[in-house]
Amino acid sequence: MAASGAAAGGGGRSGGGLGFLSLALGVSLLKCLLVPAYYSTDFEVHRNWLAITHSLPVSQWYYEATSEWTLDYPPFFAWFEYALSHIAKVFDPEMLNIQNLNYASPRTVLFQRFSVIFTDVLFIYAVYECCKCIEEKKAGKELTEKPTFILSVLLLWNFGLLIVDHIHFQYNGFLFGLMLLSIARLFQKRHLEGAFLFAILLNFKHIYLYVAPAYGIYLLRSYCFTEDKPDGSVRWSSFSFHRLIALGFIVCFVSALSLGPFIALNQLPQIVSRLFPFKRGLCHAYWAPNFWALYNALDKMLSIIGLKFNLLDPKKIPKASMTSGLVQQFQHTVLPSVTPLATLLCTVIAMLPSIFCLWFKPQGPRGFLRCLIVCALSSFMFGWHVHEKAILLAILPMSLLSVGKPQDAGIYLLLTTTGHYSLFPLLFTAPEFPIKVLLMLLFTVYSFSSLKTLFRKEKLLNWIETIYLIGLGPLEICCELVFPFTPWKLKYPFVPLFLTSVYCAAGITYAWFRLSISMLPGPAVGKAKLQ
Amino acid sequence: MKEWPSMTVAVLVGLTVRWAVSLNSYSGAGKPPMFGDYEAQRHWQEITFNLPVKQWYFNSSDNNLQYWGLDYPPLTAYHSLLCAYVAEFINPDWIALHTSRGYESDQHKLFMRSTVLIADLMIYVPAVVLYCCYLKETSTKKKIASAFCILLYPGLLLIDYGHFQYNCVSLGFALWAVLGVSHDWDVPGSLAFCLAINYKQMELYHSLPFFCFLLGKCLKKGLKGKGLLLLIKLMATVVATFALCWLPFCTQGEQTLQVLRRLFPVGRGIFEDKVANFWCSLNVLLKIKSRLSSHTQLMLSFALTLLSLLPACVKLTLQPSLRRFRHSLVACALSFFLFSFQVHEKSILLVSLPVCLILNEVPFMSTWFLIVSTFSMLPLLLKDQLALASVVTTLGFSVACVASFLIFENVSEEELQLKAFSMYVRRHVPGFKIPAKMLKTWFAVSMMTMSLLSLGSITMEPPRRLPDLFPVLVCLVSCLHFLFFLIYFNVLILWDHRNGRNQKKVS
Repeated sequence: MAASGAAAGGGGRSGGGLGFLSLALGVSLLKCLLVPAYYSTDFEVHRNWLAITHSLPVSQWYYEATSEWTLDYPPFFAWFEYALSHIAKVFDPEMLNIQNLNYASPRTVLFQRFSVIFTDVLFIYAVYECCKCIEEKKAGKELTEKPTFILSVLLLWNFGLLIVDHIHFQYNGFLFGLMLLSIARLFQKRHLEGAFLFAILLNFKHIYLYVAPAYGIYLLRSYCFTEDKPDGSVRWSSFSFHRLIALGFIVCFVSALSLGPFIALNQLPQIVSRLFPFKRGLCHAYWAPNFWALYNALDKMLSIIGLKFNLLDPKKIPKASMTSGLVQQFQHTVLPSVTPLATLLCTVIAMLPSIFCLWFKPQGPRGFLRCLIVCALSSFMFGWHVHEKAILLAILPMSLLSVGKPQDAGIYLLLTTTGHYSLFPLLFTAPEFPIKVLLMLLFTVYSFSSLKTLFRKEKLLNWIETIYLIGLGPLEICCELVFPFTPWKLKYPFVPLFLTSVYCAAGITYAWFRLSISMLPGPAVGKAKLQ
Repeated sequence: MKEWPSMTVAVLVGLTVRWAVSLNSYSGAGKPPMFGDYEAQRHWQEITFNLPVKQWYFNSSDNNLQYWGLDYPPLTAYHSLLCAYVAEFINPDWIALHTSRGYESDQHKLFMRSTVLIADLMIYVPAVVLYCCYLKETSTKKKIASAFCILLYPGLLLIDYGHFQYNCVSLGFALWAVLGVSHDWDVPGSLAFCLAINYKQMELYHSLPFFCFLLGKCLKKGLKGKGLLLLIKLMATVVATFALCWLPFCTQGEQTLQVLRRLFPVGRGIFEDKVANFWCSLNVLLKIKSRLSSHTQLMLSFALTLLSLLPACVKLTLQPSLRRFRHSLVACALSFFLFSFQVHEKSILLVSLPVCLILNEVPFMSTWFLIVSTFSMLPLLLKDQLALASVVTTLGFSVACVASFLIFENVSEEELQLKAFSMYVRRHVPGFKIPAKMLKTWFAVSMMTMSLLSLGSITMEPPRRLPDLFPVLVCLVSCLHFLFFLIYFNVLILWDHRNGRNQKKVS
């Protein structure tokens, strides 16, 4: 990676173009090297979708259920797979057979891997556009110390995106590309384009609904209302009706394009049931490090204490809860069980303050970006059946903020390091262990050192936060190097995942809290500083 | 050092790429009965662990020398023994006598790959980092850039982590030796170099420059005073190191002779397989291998090697300097590779290591050479199913070099260090100029040829009448390049850049 400053070692003279180009090329080549690495069941998921979209008429896409991995992304993604399948044909037509479950010939692997790598071009372009939105404070610095360069490394070489897309296997790259591009367009005051891109994005993958509130409020407040009062509050009379209509038209147009055919076929309820499977549990098999992980852990602890002091009747405790972490359904023993509605309520409440701030004290695109991250993080914290991968939704946009202010850089370091570490259980195979550790170290060392050089005078993390982050090291050694060789491995196989999840949940909750406070205007920020 | 985070990042990238390459297949994977170098290394663990030292190099019912018999010096054998102890601890099946032949499993692959990584981490990587940190007359950025590029050199990466060998050990020791000798720690330096030779006899390619440089140093200090003392110290070091390494084999003359016979298999002909050296390329035109007797071949190659070595060695002995020492390492190793007897395609790594060391001095030519050297091993790498990894790492290395050294902006007489040479020629041929612009065109043409040949080798079936068409073409093209580089590096040695600068000041 040219990040080593190496690439750009001499690049100082020739400007940022060469630096950016070598960064992008370097990371793409690294992705190619990861082709033979381990891939998860998501590989089969996407192969299956290729087969479904290729060999069945549109009307059956959302009904087909030969494989357990049914199509559960919005229509645009299905069309995307449909388009890919035409290229896949050239590589190996056998992968397009629905009955060929778990088919993975070398050519199939090559095609699938390269489809991710090539679609990432959109991500690279989006990063390039985002870098243009960052204002340069001081000219004449070395290229490698400029915020734009640092930002491009933080985004292009993001550890989470690399392992989730190019080892674990998913198509997040170009989707995040769409999101970053839409954010960049809002920064560039091209609101309609931004809204258009976001509408498309939503129809590719509905997880981006997490950040939709920020988009909605921001566009309404700062685009549909053209003027503010001198004190910054909204001037109701400046409401521009045709701007609202333009926005509405764009959103409706994109949605109609995507859902229209299925509405015509009267399949909307089927699609909705596929997209929002509330039958799955509160937490994924491996608990995403969020509020519910802490909640479950507390429940677990209370039940153990209860059993010890005979406050609870052992017969009443459901069996499954004893093997927590291994089964999807976690039944609470002491604390009340959580319903989907409760999680929705918690999520909305967590988002509300920042949404209010976005409405009453809009701070331009940066305020919007901050609100977007808070929304993403709040959904991650309190959402129903959240995957650990969803943390990327907060980490990537947060990179944009991190190169702006030292406080944000501190939150960013805390959030990314913890969030990335929480992705470790995704790769549990031995050959990939060195890769994940090395890549993680690479990214962490770079992000810390570059942000420290960027904000020379400021202290980014206080001592508690530093100790917390250093603690991740021993935690990793215990969980993956020591624990497997102890006799407890067979009796309590879930302990490493449990520890990882809870430890990371603490850090991410803290980061969410600090970020939410930073959203509040004026004195509150001062208070946050005092703490 | 202020820039340690950047250095850490550079090293981490190098390590990541190394491990990513090791996810690929290895030589002879799933190809009984002989398998490949991977099996050879495993077999050596089996032999050294189960047989007494006396039998390691001898043919016996337990040690069939036809099946990957040990043919490296004792240090390699000791290393195998050490690995064997670890293997025994993890899974004794891996090294069970006889029954473990051709053992392959994912776990075993992981074990073997990690032994390479550990050896690399302990010997080669620190040497590279230290070497770059102590570069003289270089900015910190350039130091880091050099370390970054050296660690990404695809040839070594692909052979060690793809094909499977432990070149990082012998090359690492050689690098430690260079490091020692160039900072006047001559005794530790020669110790490290003896270890390198005792790990792989191919390190003898580097021995002459070391010898000449150290001898020159002694001569410079005066053979009657300090120089003599140094000479005695060095001789003692060398003898002691060799004696220690060969201790178990020194007890009987027959033992020593047998090891030597294993190390230098003179009977195997002037070359095997396709190698990008002079003889193999010449063989395409004149079938020397079948026309000349084995003895004539040996004499011819000896004479030609000596002849090509001579100028650099004489110059280095008479005027020892660090710069000339590094250049002689390249030139001598290249001479050996091109003209000596029984050369393997992997031996080009011995030339690449010193070229890596001058990467920051003459970036354009070094990068060019390093790319060609990787290309010359293409047939071997394709056999091991490393096509994707080779292409990707070579491209990555090129990107790294172009971005960190801006090689295309630095193609001038001065940057190529040919000022002294061209001034010399101008005295006889007025108006002579180094065609620097033309060099860029050549570079482009050479890259195009190599890309096309690579593409052809990977994607096309050769015509039935010429099954070896692509390997032979690869060898020919690489050999032509190497001859050109041999001339260039000899010119660098004979017309030192420094003299040029001095003359300029005088005039």
